[in-house]
Amino acid sequence: MKRLIAYRLLQALLVAFVVGLLTFLMVRMLPGDLAYRIAAGRYGYDMVTAAAAEAVRQELGLDRAGIIVFFQWLWNLIRLDLGYSLVSGELVRDALLHELGHTLRLACTALVLSIAMGPPLGIWAGLRPGGLVDRLVLAGSVVLRSVPQFAIGAILIVIFSVKLGWLPAAGHGRLAHHILPALTLALGMAALSSRVARDATVKVCNTEYYQFGRTKGLPETKVFLRHGLRNISVPVVTYLGMQFVYLIEGVVVVETLFAWPGIGHALVHAIFGRDVPMVQGTALVMGLMFVVLNTLVDVLNRVLDPRRAA
Amino acid sequence: MMTELPVQTGAASSSSLRWAGLLLLLLLLAFGFAAPVLFRGDPAQQHLASVLQYPGKQFLLGTDHLGRDMLQRLAAAVRISVLIALLTTATAALFGVGAGMLAAMRGGWLERAFSLLADTILALPGLLLVLLLVAITPGAYWNLYMGISLVLWVEFYRMSRAIVEPLACSSGVQASRLLGFGNWYVIRRHFWPELRASILTLSAFAAATSVLSVAALGFVHVGVRPPTPELGQMMTELLPYYQEAPYIFLQPILLLILLVLGLNLLAGGKAHE
Repeated sequence: MKRLIAYRLLQALLVAFVVGLLTFLMVRMLPGDLAYRIAAGRYGYDMVTAAAAEAVRQELGLDRAGIIVFFQWLWNLIRLDLGYSLVSGELVRDALLHELGHTLRLACTALVLSIAMGPPLGIWAGLRPGGLVDRLVLAGSVVLRSVPQFAIGAILIVIFSVKLGWLPAAGHGRLAHHILPALTLALGMAALSSRVARDATVKVCNTEYYQFGRTKGLPETKVFLRHGLRNISVPVVTYLGMQFVYLIEGVVVVETLFAWPGIGHALVHAIFGRDVPMVQGTALVMGLMFVVLNTLVDVLNRVLDPRRAA
Repeated sequence: MMTELPVQTGAASSSSLRWAGLLLLLLLLAFGFAAPVLFRGDPAQQHLASVLQYPGKQFLLGTDHLGRDMLQRLAAAVRISVLIALLTTATAALFGVGAGMLAAMRGGWLERAFSLLADTILALPGLLLVLLLVAITPGAYWNLYMGISLVLWVEFYRMSRAIVEPLACSSGVQASRLLGFGNWYVIRRHFWPELRASILTLSAFAAATSVLSVAALGFVHVGVRPPTPELGQMMTELLPYYQEAPYIFLQPILLLILLVLGLNLLAGGKAHE
């Protein structure tokens, strides 16, 4: 457990390092004087004077070697001193806290939906391998995996918002607004988790302990609940970690498509606006979210399968 | 970026599915390269008098919101997607397998350095890393290429290291070394036969990932810049017109799905155990 948490902590530091390095390069590539840029980031564009820029230059030692400036930059990032947005002038931290709530709501809804769809379908398919359900679920998952999220989203919009008019195509606030973006994310995730659950089910059903449970006369449902379910859930939960890659990447695309005011939307807009403090903040939060989710999966796996702790 | 997909198709049907994937890809490539030769037209030429036309005689697949020929634009978009996918996958495979073999054979600080690099790249979700790299100098191709290759590199590295590591100290390799054969011989006769199948499968998945990320970046307006036609970017451009011209809007989506489906079928299932 200690090793595991140490690894995840290292991963969090690596996230900060990569984000810091890339945004530092971004700032260095910008035309103009870095000191003026940072002063603008801190005090807002209207407040920048030569004196303020000079003060920044002195404080950060911008006339010193690039490597020292870089470590200063990283240190600010690790202290979560993210500065002000270059576009709105808002504190980046405040904007992030606001957006994080929206993103988490969307991500959680998507996760719940995908868990409600994927594993049950997979188990159903796996209980009768080679049957009709198995083949249908396989075909569905192969096709869904080939469809990128933005295409799933676009198709869902055309069907449910334009043709049927049941659900709103964009916006946020009401529960109805959650459905399409969350479903878009959930379908892709369910395509993967249904396969994992299906393969795990086939494997567990062929084990000796499962067969023995049947042989000794336990009813089918009881064997499944007592001996099957928990063993099936271990690989499903493990693969959740992989799905978080898909989830976080999907958030960027799906939030843009559905105009959802979350972190991914903010990241894309910050990239357009060359708003480096915002890019830094949003990328950092998404990276850390990824690490936290993976840590949760690790812990959940230990709880489900205590044999691994040994 | 979903390289690690544990989809297992039945053993009997798996090879015919692979052939189907190959056929699909060849058809798409033929479309991409034959369209400019067989039909006249320029993907950037605007015909403002005939925008959003249905497929017809003059424009076989219709026109977009600026009256540009969809046939030529789709063909150009397929070419650019395939080209980027090929370049990034080849780069990633070359460096990934090379680094993986080196790490497995030498061990020590070299292995630790490569593994730290891999962990660093895996710390962020792939698309996020590419997005940040592309944002450094928007509109440039080199960082799109670098970013995607860098993300794909990790899987090749981990896979080849995992396969070569037990081989490197196996008795067969030891025997070859005692007989005086060099590194090159060991790689060719001992490592390559074991690696070959996995590299091919992983390459197909990597190419699918590459196609999807280029499209995703185009979709959020960060990747390939207009007027160069690109599938994801065409979708965003056509999204406002989905009511007037659903057929036009669905064309790039369908093409992208077919391209990725072809690559996924070619990969044929087990990328990872």
